[in-house]
Amino acid sequence: MGEPLLEVRDLRVSFRTDDGLVQAVNGVSFEVSEGETLGIVGESGSGKSVTMMSVMRLITDPNARFDGSVIYKGRDLMKLSKKAIREVRGAEIAMIFQDPMTSLNPVYRVGWQIAEQIRAHEPVSAHAARARAVELLSAVGIPNPEHRVEDYPHQFSGGMRQRVMIALALSCSPSLLIADEPTTALDVTIQAQILRLIKKLREETGSAIVLITHDMGVVADIADRVAVMYAGRLVEQGTKREIFYDPQHPYTWGLLGSIAHLARPRPRRLTAIPGAPPSLLALPGGCAFADRCSSRFDRCAAEFPELISRDGAADGHLDACHLTPALKRERRTAALNGDRT
Amino acid sequence: MLLFTVRRVLWTVLVMFVITLLVFVIFFKTPGVDPARSLAGRNPSPQVLAEIRQQFGLDRPFPVQYLVMMKKLFITRDLVSYSNQGQRVFPEITAAAPATLSLVFGAAVIWVALAIAMGVAAAVLRGTILDPLLMIIALIGISMPVFWLGEVANLITQSKMHGTPLFSWVPPLGYTPLTQNPGLWFEGLLIPWLTLSVLYVGLYARVLRASLIEIGNEDYVRTARAKGLTEQRVLIRHTLRTSMITFVSLFGLDFGVLVGGGALLTEVVFGIHGVGYLTYQSLSNLDLPVIMATVVYGAFFIVLANTLVDVAYSWLDPRVRIS
Repeated sequence: MGEPLLEVRDLRVSFRTDDGLVQAVNGVSFEVSEGETLGIVGESGSGKSVTMMSVMRLITDPNARFDGSVIYKGRDLMKLSKKAIREVRGAEIAMIFQDPMTSLNPVYRVGWQIAEQIRAHEPVSAHAARARAVELLSAVGIPNPEHRVEDYPHQFSGGMRQRVMIALALSCSPSLLIADEPTTALDVTIQAQILRLIKKLREETGSAIVLITHDMGVVADIADRVAVMYAGRLVEQGTKREIFYDPQHPYTWGLLGSIAHLARPRPRRLTAIPGAPPSLLALPGGCAFADRCSSRFDRCAAEFPELISRDGAADGHLDACHLTPALKRERRTAALNGDRT
Repeated sequence: MLLFTVRRVLWTVLVMFVITLLVFVIFFKTPGVDPARSLAGRNPSPQVLAEIRQQFGLDRPFPVQYLVMMKKLFITRDLVSYSNQGQRVFPEITAAAPATLSLVFGAAVIWVALAIAMGVAAAVLRGTILDPLLMIIALIGISMPVFWLGEVANLITQSKMHGTPLFSWVPPLGYTPLTQNPGLWFEGLLIPWLTLSVLYVGLYARVLRASLIEIGNEDYVRTARAKGLTEQRVLIRHTLRTSMITFVSLFGLDFGVLVGGGALLTEVVFGIHGVGYLTYQSLSNLDLPVIMATVVYGAFFIVLANTLVDVAYSWLDPRVRIS
């Protein structure tokens, strides 16, 4: 596939607070190839959104500090001038946010908001931009787009607003679409519609997608590759197949174990990962997951586990766990099936 | 939109009715007060009292009394001030209104312009030393009472430094109508404008800064940035535009209060014979007809401003339009 479209290398993001330095993202590296869909999974506060917002340099907090590099089409986005990054935003990399209810400006018509983005990047007339907005609304499945383009965001339902957000994001045909929990704020049936729409548009436009979610079901539906994030670090990364059928990290087991399966015998209780994530103010020197891990041993607290390709896993399937391949297999079987009675 | 406006206007009429009724009850029906006596001013002769009783229908039922008063205020406009040798009240107010309007309009232009400049500057310069500095200046502006500030300004520009080229242009206190001499109108009002606007510049700059910062954290501002818009455009078309909803509603009310006679202290300090000055004089002379008229006049402008704010609000915020 050659050069990756996006390559994040050792990204670190920290925030100065009254309580100390919060390490939100702590040395994250990954790649996204052209046309590929990468799912980034993890629980709230694991740093998924901060990572992707940093890629677009959308974090304006003056107390934030960034390190590492984000190479997009051969250019380091972290080093671009304000003007240059602005030309990337919206046109090259576009973003869909979690809450469609608050992500559109309430005082402008949706067509105007879409046209505003088009005109920020392309020298087109207001009339042409508006016509594009109508086409886009039609493409994302909004009925009666000629009229709806004149409506305000509050006149749309949640699902329809997310469609508007998608139309907005796609308006300049970006090569990379970042979708930050695009379905989390929606009803389950609407979630499925939106995911179907994203898949359909991906086929039509061929753009790469980074999908941030905490929902393994969404990842299973849409992703080619999966990166699992925990406490500001990636703990496992691989193809969807590898992550779902051959997960290496105990945290990934925990995520998979907490999914309810319709086809399997119903467990008495869904398995949950005990405890809570560590404070990002004082991360442990060793494995950040050790305190919650039932398979931990001495080495976990003593030595930081790098995210590398380890014995027992396929090439390109990376994980950050010290366990031996044999132990992993044994413990995993217990973790994924143990509590089913 | 039309329905909304019509509804607002009807509502305004109702509010005005209630206000006039309340004012009437307070001035005419307070127990133990003879309205004829209060209307007549100090030391009236029995003939005058009898005349007033007859004229205002004080021997007739309450609703008639109210209607007679309203007729004198709004329709025939022949309410007279007894303590002021039978001067008609209505022309007095209409004569005073241009001075008040000139004072308040000018001050409003200054305070809106400066407050937006200061508020935006402080919000944009957040994290630098200039933000707290601007906000301290704003706080000082809020803390200085207008009568004191006005007297200090007078002291400097009228006597202490009037001889210097800096302030030699300042004309003596008082108001020159715009139609009579625009240059003098401007020169005479400049210091009062600045004095009156200081409080509001401080207040509005602080409110705007807070609002800009709050709205700056909204998701749709992040969306605007993600769209690749310039920082200026994000600030002006998104953050500032939405902040204007709060700003305008605040402005409308303050403006209404000031036009309605709330600039009393400024008018008195600078000898501007506006509605506030008239109120001040009538209060010191216990000139009830004038007090009543100015109170109703003030209430009218406040209610009018309120209505205009609501109309502006629905124009600024499409969410309130459809309801």
